[in-house]
Amino acid sequence: MHPAFSVILLTTLIGAGQGLFLALFTGQLYSVFKLLPEQDSVHFYALGSLLALVLLVAGLLSSFFHLGRPERAWRSAARWRTSWLSREVIALPAFMLLVAVWGLIHYLGWNPVLVTFGNSIEIDLSLVVGIVATLLCFTLFLFTGMIYACIKMLQEWATPLTVINYTLLGSSSGFVLATVFAAWQGSGMTLFFAGWSIILTGIALVTRSASLLRNARLKHKSSLQTAIGIRHARIEQKAQGAMGGSFNTREYFHGASERKFKSVKWVFLLLVFPVPLVLIGMGIGAQAIGWLMAAFLLQYLGLLMERWFFFAQANHPQNLYYQTV
Amino acid sequence: MTQLALVIDLNVCVGCHACVTVCKEWNTSGTAGYLSDMNPFSKDPTGTFFNRVQTFEVGQFPNTETVHFPKSCLHCEDPPCVPVCPTGASYKRESDGIVLVDSEKCIGCNYCSWACPYGARELDAEQKIMKKCTLCVDRIYDESLPEAERKPACVLACPTNARLFGDIDDPNSEVALAIREQGGYQLMPEWGTQPANHYLPRRKTRITIHEDELVRADNPLKKERQKPMPDPGDPTLDETTSW
Repeated sequence: MHPAFSVILLTTLIGAGQGLFLALFTGQLYSVFKLLPEQDSVHFYALGSLLALVLLVAGLLSSFFHLGRPERAWRSAARWRTSWLSREVIALPAFMLLVAVWGLIHYLGWNPVLVTFGNSIEIDLSLVVGIVATLLCFTLFLFTGMIYACIKMLQEWATPLTVINYTLLGSSSGFVLATVFAAWQGSGMTLFFAGWSIILTGIALVTRSASLLRNARLKHKSSLQTAIGIRHARIEQKAQGAMGGSFNTREYFHGASERKFKSVKWVFLLLVFPVPLVLIGMGIGAQAIGWLMAAFLLQYLGLLMERWFFFAQANHPQNLYYQTV
Repeated sequence: MTQLALVIDLNVCVGCHACVTVCKEWNTSGTAGYLSDMNPFSKDPTGTFFNRVQTFEVGQFPNTETVHFPKSCLHCEDPPCVPVCPTGASYKRESDGIVLVDSEKCIGCNYCSWACPYGARELDAEQKIMKKCTLCVDRIYDESLPEAERKPACVLACPTNARLFGDIDDPNSEVALAIREQGGYQLMPEWGTQPANHYLPRRKTRITIHEDELVRADNPLKKERQKPMPDPGDPTLDETTSW
């Protein structure tokens, strides 16, 4: 597949935004149970959710550049019964709305206590909104991943690992960003976020490697024999019906050299996993926000390459019809 | 049920591209808008087509065969491109099984083309909407045309009659007969898309001739070795006897 930069941006930006929200809400949940110190609702939660919202909006905006007719984008919510893309189109703004409401509750301090357990555990409105937003956040990860995983013809994508990787890589990116944010705020949650960043990045390394191993051993179902229905061991294409290429050659071939393709894989494996882990360790050790910021930015760069590789690696069966001019 | 489809006979296709040309000519003035071309008269010409003829070489020299392979939307009975469309622009008609794109609803997201294993859909580079073969839906029901011409343009243009058109669900139709009696097959059956368009394979006519059909055995008893066989140089019964 030809990697579209708009889709790469969309999936990485909303992944980071979703992960950041998950991190902030996890922090709030821990502080409700007195496991972590309470945070300032305006400077920490409201500002943090604004940051998450900015990422989500940026992702949504970049998705419009993937559409041939962006002015008709509103129509794309119509077929949620059958289309995962349509479901994502509904879930993304819904999640954005809930994050905005959650942030606004913190900003305005309009946060009535709904239930009190024992003497100390108070369930307030922001917690309820946060739980609903968290469920929607995971639903959105599912929908985004299923857009790719549901196309059985793209065998590199048609695996539950696609959904798992979208979820874990987005969460990892968001938790790293939350670490930067908490350190910048001088919050007591920095170590907590850093710890979860390391755990999530470690699990993501396992699942992403699993999908790389799976795809390396993948046996494609279609062949030139099934494509034109002639049973002969040696079939060679001589003409594809057009000299100057077509939509089929532009959309389905990444066009990069084998060397570039392979090096992208190793560079993203380096940038997404070990580099941020080392930088977080250095940042926490030296109490320096610069290292943490570098961890987030380098990992994000790595995620852009990861997504590029994700698309480029998918080998569409239609390519069998476009082997040579 | 009705399922209109093409049956393409690879045994007779000569790869002349007449179907490609006439398809472009007819459909560029179709209801879904023109089929745009980029650099049509300069280097690397490219454009939107519903139908393409590709060429494959089967076998190793000297035992090779050139197969010309016309390729267009196969109007699958279970089209994977339809459920993935987020707007409902991509749809399959209940009445005749034709898979179409509503040019007013398409947002040009390319998702349907990702789901099509055959690469049958092309995004128009200028209008930014998905285009595909319509089975000339604006011809086949046009009552102002003589009945013989109510067929897809490619079918009418084919000089070797390699393209047949009809309802494959009607067991007595020309296409159903061709599929049944001449080994019609579907492309990439592994995806379960059940393409309505079928292809007829290359067919060779061979007969098996045994030696005794060439060498006359006058006396069946001799053939069965109950009597010694005559020397091949000996005169035959016909030559020695006047009936």
